[in-house]
Amino acid sequence: MNIQLQNLTKRFPARGKKAKGEVTAVQDLTFTVPDGKLVGLLGPSGCGKSTTLNMICGLETPTAGRILFGEEDVTNLPPELRGVGMVFQNYALYPHLTVLQNILFPLENLKGDQRPTRAQMREKALQAAQLVQIEDLLDRRPRELSGGQQQRVAIARALVKTPRVLLLDEPLSNLDARLRLQTREEICKIQKTTGITTLFVTHDQEEAMSISDFIVVMKDGVLMQQGAPQQVYDDPANLFVAKFLGTPPINVFAGEVKDGMLLLAGQKALAVPGAPDGDVWAGVRPEGFVPDPEGPVACGLSRVEVLGRDASIVCTHPACQGDTLRVILRSEHEVDGAQGSVRFALRPEKTFLFDRSGEQRLRFGAGQGA
Amino acid sequence: MDRNTKKAWLYLLPSIVLLGAFLVYPLLDVAVYSVEECFNFASQTYQGVGLYNYAYVLHDPYFLQAVQNTFVLVAITVPLSTVLALVISTALSSIRPLRQLYQTIYFLPYVTNTLAVGLVFMVLFQRTEYTDGLVNLMLSWFGAGPIDFINGPHWAKMFVLCFYTIWVVLPFKILVLTSALASVNDEYYKAARVDGTSRTRIFFRITLPMISPMIVYLVITGFIGAFKAYSDAVALFGTDLNAAGMNTIVGYVYDMLYGDSGGYPSYASAAAILLFVIVLTITCINLLVTRRRDGGEGGAAL
Repeated sequence: MNIQLQNLTKRFPARGKKAKGEVTAVQDLTFTVPDGKLVGLLGPSGCGKSTTLNMICGLETPTAGRILFGEEDVTNLPPELRGVGMVFQNYALYPHLTVLQNILFPLENLKGDQRPTRAQMREKALQAAQLVQIEDLLDRRPRELSGGQQQRVAIARALVKTPRVLLLDEPLSNLDARLRLQTREEICKIQKTTGITTLFVTHDQEEAMSISDFIVVMKDGVLMQQGAPQQVYDDPANLFVAKFLGTPPINVFAGEVKDGMLLLAGQKALAVPGAPDGDVWAGVRPEGFVPDPEGPVACGLSRVEVLGRDASIVCTHPACQGDTLRVILRSEHEVDGAQGSVRFALRPEKTFLFDRSGEQRLRFGAGQGA
Repeated sequence: MDRNTKKAWLYLLPSIVLLGAFLVYPLLDVAVYSVEECFNFASQTYQGVGLYNYAYVLHDPYFLQAVQNTFVLVAITVPLSTVLALVISTALSSIRPLRQLYQTIYFLPYVTNTLAVGLVFMVLFQRTEYTDGLVNLMLSWFGAGPIDFINGPHWAKMFVLCFYTIWVVLPFKILVLTSALASVNDEYYKAARVDGTSRTRIFFRITLPMISPMIVYLVITGFIGAFKAYSDAVALFGTDLNAAGMNTIVGYVYDMLYGDSGGYPSYASAAAILLFVIVLTITCINLLVTRRRDGGEGGAAL
């Protein structure tokens, strides 16, 4: 079952006495979460992604727009009738209940025909616990568990009613770096095992890229781009998306297009057939530079950082936004660190042009077709 | 003893001396007084050491009356005021408009003088030759006969005393519980809503356990406070509480020292020690019960 958001809008009344009017948290959001996929809702803090999640969950009512679960319109349904499981950022495990009691809690809320017997409840809770591998911890209380274990209990509690949709709010933000890596694989695995349509919110692009089947990038309550992670990375719709995705981040240059040529600081850098003339932002991924003694882009060489697997070259360029630009090469031997400068050619498929507002991608050549 | 330890003792000295002189010494002295038989206040002499004072106090009908009154007062006011405070503070937390106003109104009794409030209550409840009082007027609307709450039957006087005590202790409990309720993380309620938890279940399974340390605190301090009740009874029934049959244990102690029958510090001390034993026992039972129920958590949270 897929989730469709149609023109979803949420406005909050402005806080404080002086502020008037409303704050728009989510603006005309339309996207579809495909059935049985793991989808990352990605954006910087305060971009409305948690509000979107809360609306899907039913904790917030949309100001306008519709939410569909499959064919069913759930916009005005209360959370418990939507069949959603939610994992909160701080897990919200009841501290006075044991792990087992926490997992049983949602089942005990069921009434009438839906209410399983005591034995069935226990059976279901144990299944959920096994799925997240916490069956040894059932008698503990939440404060006796590590952050990662609490996370698993929260997921088990969200899954115990076999919801149609699993929602996770910043699932990894409270874990340390090591555990984060492990847990994100865990979440990915659980999602694949259960096949449940899952939506998670994060501000960490690496997290979203690494496990999502599909990502949705938001900024200021507006949808920026959606698609498979690699596709969004390779073909950003605007400067914001280009800058937001990728580590190290994309290098942005102030450039100019003239007669099908991209000029950086007045020097011809790359042939961009089909791009309109005018001032542009040129974004070049760190892996988009090819060392070439005859190359058109001359950079000052600051330092070479050897990372083992690859090397990171820190350079300067007069047109570059920011103090330095970063180039990723397969090995340090491709450039001569002793020299004070280095020349590169640009890969056209790793170079993106945007108009000066940053909102419009300027496509060029055959490889970047519209 | 190294330099630092000496310094530490030096800094502690003022408070140790003051506490010792005005807290520890009197406490010990009370225990000493309570076993000195036939103590003469004027000559400061006594004739022997023993438990006669305790025997006297325990056989004194006034003391037994006072113990009975105190226990009735405690048994009624502590649970009732705690439950009432819980209901009111839950209601206060769930409303948004006018919350501040209501909070202020409910807190007013706390900053009002006990004796002044007692006088007002007396006026409300008392029957005189000229008027039956406001409460009796209201009772007459329902066809209930006039009752003299201040000089009438014992149960009526007890009712007024309990009513008054609850009214006086309520504001502090509401204040504590309102802040306890506010400190419960909102995410728990959101999680409960997603799971479709009913309001009653949210209250009993989530809210109540979360604020249980505060409730335990209120119950224990409530017990102690109610056992030490005295001024409330004086405010309502005057200083001759024995005659009114409304004396409390602390009132008995006071009467033994300074009242009409005053001048018996030994009996007063014995009664005070007995009160101490009662309060200690009840508090220990309280702690044991709460600790067992919460699996050690409630006790630890104290």
